[in-house]
Amino acid sequence: MNRPETLPGRETAAPAGGGRIEVRGLHAWFGTHQVLHGIDLDFSPRQVTAIIGPSGCGKSTLLRTMNRLHEETPGTRLTGSITLDGEDIHAPGTDAVRLRRDVGMVFQRPNPFPNMSVRDNVLAGFKLNHEKRKDEREILERTLRSAALWDELKDMLHKPGSSLSGGQQQRLCIARALAVEPKVLLMDEPCSALDPVSTNKIEELIFELKKSLTIVIVTHNMQQAARVSDFTAFLMVGKLVEVGATRKIFTSPEQRLTEDYVTGRFG
Amino acid sequence: MIAVSDKPIRAGGRRSRIPPGAFSGPPPPGPSQGKEPAAGGRSRFNADAIFRGITGSFAGFVLLLVAGMATVMTIASMPAIRKFGWHFLVSSTWDPVQDQYGALPFLFGTLLSSFLALLIAVPLSLGIATFLSELAPERPARILGFLVELLAAIPSVIYGLWGIFVMVPMLRNGPQAWLSAHLGFLPIFAGPAYGVGMMAAGLILAIMILPTISAISLEVFRAVPRAQREAALALGATRWETTRMAVLSYARPGILGAVILGLGRALGETMAVTMLIGNRPAISASLLAPGYTMASVIANEFSEATGDLYLSALIEVALVLFGLTVLLNVGARYLVWSTVKRGENRA
Ligand SMILES: Nc1ncnc2c1ncn2[C@@H]1O[C@H](COP(=O)(O)OP(=O)(O)OP(=O)(O)O)[C@@H](O)[C@H]1O
Ligand SMILES: [Mg+2]
Repeated sequence: MNRPETLPGRETAAPAGGGRIEVRGLHAWFGTHQVLHGIDLDFSPRQVTAIIGPSGCGKSTLLRTMNRLHEETPGTRLTGSITLDGEDIHAPGTDAVRLRRDVGMVFQRPNPFPNMSVRDNVLAGFKLNHEKRKDEREILERTLRSAALWDELKDMLHKPGSSLSGGQQQRLCIARALAVEPKVLLMDEPCSALDPVSTNKIEELIFELKKSLTIVIVTHNMQQAARVSDFTAFLMVGKLVEVGATRKIFTSPEQRLTEDYVTGRFG
Repeated sequence: MIAVSDKPIRAGGRRSRIPPGAFSGPPPPGPSQGKEPAAGGRSRFNADAIFRGITGSFAGFVLLLVAGMATVMTIASMPAIRKFGWHFLVSSTWDPVQDQYGALPFLFGTLLSSFLALLIAVPLSLGIATFLSELAPERPARILGFLVELLAAIPSVIYGLWGIFVMVPMLRNGPQAWLSAHLGFLPIFAGPAYGVGMMAAGLILAIMILPTISAISLEVFRAVPRAQREAALALGATRWETTRMAVLSYARPGILGAVILGLGRALGETMAVTMLIGNRPAISASLLAPGYTMASVIANEFSEATGDLYLSALIEVALVLFGLTVLLNVGARYLVWSTVKRGENRA
């Protein structure tokens, strides 16, 4: 059932920045409850990969293994390997903190730091990595621009993060993640709490961002998966059912299950 | 071609709460603003009105009580107010024999001892709360947290006794002797080491408000959503950076609230302070020197205040303490309120 590695068109040479993730034989547990049963998947630079599947099938868990957030929940366990640009992210001596600076994440519900200003929110992660730098202002403007927020927010940089609309908050969270200059951006249903206009803005943003990043997006919205992604992976009860070019998954999938799911016959 | 199945309704998803049909026609009214009365609407409305009436009258009663206390104290302190006017607040003469009264030493003592207490207790409490909520393993943290809360329940006279028999001798022979000998040239450590005095009072107050501030801060820290911590972790924050960035920042209004409650206890604390501060109505820059607080002078001298003016002056001290407490609380609460309002998550 698992359909690993080589897919046509996925062999594009990694750009200078890197950001290629390879997941091999990944099993994950919450306590004794096994959530992922041997996942093999690749995520290539400058590509958007959508992960779809019914609720509870392990999409978020898969995402959270890739920046090692999974292990922050007590009682969790995992086997198998994940590599970022060829390096095992779980190898002894590998620092989860360092990894997360390369692999950014945007959550389902916007989670800006409510008592911090817009400016401090954007620079929060950046300041962790860099000593006080003169170009803070420049980074601020650049990341806000790339999150399509600059024009809206340039006059309210000192307002608290919580004073923004939900859509702005989510884009603020994207800006916050971008300011750390990650190679990979994990997005866990980034639009599920947003209105269509904000959703649209974020999808446009994804198009921009994929020019320089590896993007993995979990979504329950088939239209969205079809619109934004180059590849789609379909998960069910912790197993990878099928992965392939998005067009193929949505028009002529190889598995019956996939077809049923993307046409809405179940799930 | 692409069959679309947008499945917004999921367990716990927020869209599942939107009523069917909400996407057609004009936007639905907010949950409680529906124009059609719900079934049995009238009786439920009445229940609401009664509920509001009862709770409202309780609130009104509290307000009345406070206003009444202020009025009675103002009337009772009228003789002193007439005689001394504003001078009462800036004069440091407290002489029952000459019938001359000025409350400045007490005001000074109350403010300084409370300030010292906060200075010591706030960082310690935040440290304790941070340790218990962020670092310590689950079970020991629960037990320790419970013990901390227990400390808050110890009667103040017991703190006072402990202060006299344990802390004061230790202070006198240890740190105070050393400070007086080596740093005595500094005004704040000038004079002999009595043991009792401003330093002892500040310390005991710090110990007394420590459990209050830590227990509330701990509660507040534990209430910080996991999403906040994960936001920081996902940015590549270490544990300490996560605490600073996600927890402390998010919990700021709550911490402020905890500090206010601690301050409230310190300002009004009577028994333990009276036992330890030395009860001398003088203003000294030295922390080793004895002092006096408003609460202490009232407790000590109320029973022996025979003259009308004396009694009236004491009541005016009470009025000042009352006013100060109200002022500090309102000010601090305003701060909390404005930060909470600022921090309120609209998402
Ligand atoms: N913190 C947790 N503790 C225990 N079990 C968990 C925890 N989080 C998730 N699970 C379990 O792991 C399984 C997969 O969860 P996961 O969140 O990865 O699903 P998902 O595909 O993201 O679902 P959704 O589409 O609803 O977000 C579920 O069965 C869930 O009950
Ligand atoms: Mg999920």
